[in-house]
Amino acid sequence: MEDAARILQLVVNGAAAGCIYGLIALGFVLIYKATEMVNFAQGDIMMLGGFVAFSLIAKFGMNYWVGALLAIVITAAFGYLLDAVVLRRVIGQPQFAVVMLTLGLGFIFRAGAGITWGYDSVGFNTPFTNKTVNMGGLIVGADNLSIIVGTLLLCVVLFIFFNKTRLGVAMQAASQNQLAAYYMGIPVRRIFSLIWAISAGVACMAGILLSPVSMIDVNMGSLAIKSFAAAVIGGFGSIPGSLIGGILVGIVEQFAGYKLPAGFQEVTANVVLLLMLIVRPQGLFAERMGKRV
Amino acid sequence: MRHFFRTDYRQDLGLYKSNRERFWYALLLVLLIVAPMILGEFYVGELGGLFIFAVAGVGLMLLVGYTGLISLGHAAFLGIGAYTNAVLLKQGVPFLITLPIAGIFTGICGAAIGRPTLRMSGLYLAIATLAFGSIVGTIFQKWEHVTGGFDGFAVPTPYVFGIPLDNTTGIYYMSLVVLIFVMWIAANLLRSPTGRAWVAIRDSEVSAQSMGINLARYKTMSFAISAGMTGLAGALFAHYVRFLAPDAFDVLLSVQFITIVFVGGLGSLRGAILGAAFVRLLPQGIAIVRDDLPFGIGRLPGLEPSLFGLVLVLVILFQPAGLNGMWLKFKAWFQQYPFKRMVSGRRQKSYAKSERLR
Repeated sequence: MEDAARILQLVVNGAAAGCIYGLIALGFVLIYKATEMVNFAQGDIMMLGGFVAFSLIAKFGMNYWVGALLAIVITAAFGYLLDAVVLRRVIGQPQFAVVMLTLGLGFIFRAGAGITWGYDSVGFNTPFTNKTVNMGGLIVGADNLSIIVGTLLLCVVLFIFFNKTRLGVAMQAASQNQLAAYYMGIPVRRIFSLIWAISAGVACMAGILLSPVSMIDVNMGSLAIKSFAAAVIGGFGSIPGSLIGGILVGIVEQFAGYKLPAGFQEVTANVVLLLMLIVRPQGLFAERMGKRV
Repeated sequence: MRHFFRTDYRQDLGLYKSNRERFWYALLLVLLIVAPMILGEFYVGELGGLFIFAVAGVGLMLLVGYTGLISLGHAAFLGIGAYTNAVLLKQGVPFLITLPIAGIFTGICGAAIGRPTLRMSGLYLAIATLAFGSIVGTIFQKWEHVTGGFDGFAVPTPYVFGIPLDNTTGIYYMSLVVLIFVMWIAANLLRSPTGRAWVAIRDSEVSAQSMGINLARYKTMSFAISAGMTGLAGALFAHYVRFLAPDAFDVLLSVQFITIVFVGGLGSLRGAILGAAFVRLLPQGIAIVRDDLPFGIGRLPGLEPSLFGLVLVLVILFQPAGLNGMWLKFKAWFQQYPFKRMVSGRRQKSYAKSERLR
């Protein structure tokens, strides 16, 4: 008989890890929906965001909340510039050129971070480090809880932004039909850069939320491979889908680490991804669409 | 200016455009055959490595350059080919049998992974191959009683007609033979209906489909052949490095292969060779200037991957036709002298085709 508390513990840990995957996947999906590009450097942007937060909080001694907010703004500005300076130039080139471009950028970011912050793992003190919360007998690490709560809050904010504000609705319009958006006077190019900015900001937030759980280092961007599984489960076009996909991947991964022999945990996300592509490639939440020629 | 006029349909299908080309390729072949007798052992070894990368590059060129799909897991296929070859050789199977088996088995693996993912857009193949590469890498590490795990795997010496291929010259000739074979297959495929179907898929999936091309079938075929050629390269690679370790087949190697294709120039077999030369020469170039660079840049641990990334970014942004395109422009400058104008090499504005189904 399995220990119920143990199972619950695994679920919470998995959900927390899954929220991080979901947040990175959210970044992919935002960019993909708008520009049909897939940003393979998303994980590396998260890494950069984490390092920026580390600099502000640990090096310059800022308050955690102020530093985190400032780091998100800085990373978002970086995302905006990335699109405006580099990615906008390859619009019109085949999709795989964009894939390779972002992959190349990811390698450059890694080297840049290595030069700036060194190759050692770093961390900073957060209000959640090494604290636990007792919820009716279930003891949960405050760091894991902060990830889940932070993700939920971000979702609410994004939902309100995309549905209630002028800019958010303009973004939806630009993703749905570029040409019609142009006719309506929406500055589509700037909107796309702003979407890159939001996506980079979300990635930075993922990096900050992750920092109490695992250290920040140059190679943390490889987490992004797992986020692809989350995005594919969600159908690569649905924002709630990618979050649910992420949580699913996180929980499955925790159980694989608990039940299966060593080595399986690392590949679980990839196996889930391949199985998903074989069984239901359009994702769990895809709508059926046909192409007009 | 010399212009090539076709007067016969057979000329359009021919492997060589003219007798001049035949002459130059024959001269190149003679030079490559006598090269080991003139060059030192180091250069022969490097050329052998170049040929092996070129074999994989030709395979990937068929996939990326002609079918318009992208794979981020070709290092895994190289690894599968290498381990298949080495494990079979250890069982006492002769090299001339293990080499084709390595290629065929890798091709089957490619078909198995390509078939389900290629129903979706090409993007999914990139993601699926990335995941596949990571899984295969883990298998190489963990399946210890076959692959030797992290301890590695000493590759037995291959024998061809009783002659041991235990020196660099032997590997050089073997790689040259395989490279010529692979080039011959690729060139012939590309002038057949199969190759034309691939190019049609690359240029527009929708119109290819409406011309009656079975998309999934031709994409899977392209992927399997590409994987199979990479498997052949892997079998040779096993003998080139002589000692297999699982961490040799990581994403960085896949990115190197992609760099071969992009730097060489998409859609040209010559580009695959030029790109392989570039990718093999870049680390050597870094090694030469390493100590002379200011601020200790040469000592950075992540220098090589980031340089590959930088080269990829610069090529995609500024020279999408790659080295082959540069060569063609260079040649055109001489052929048209003095009529070269600023606009002569200007790229046409291209428009992305939406893959979105709406």
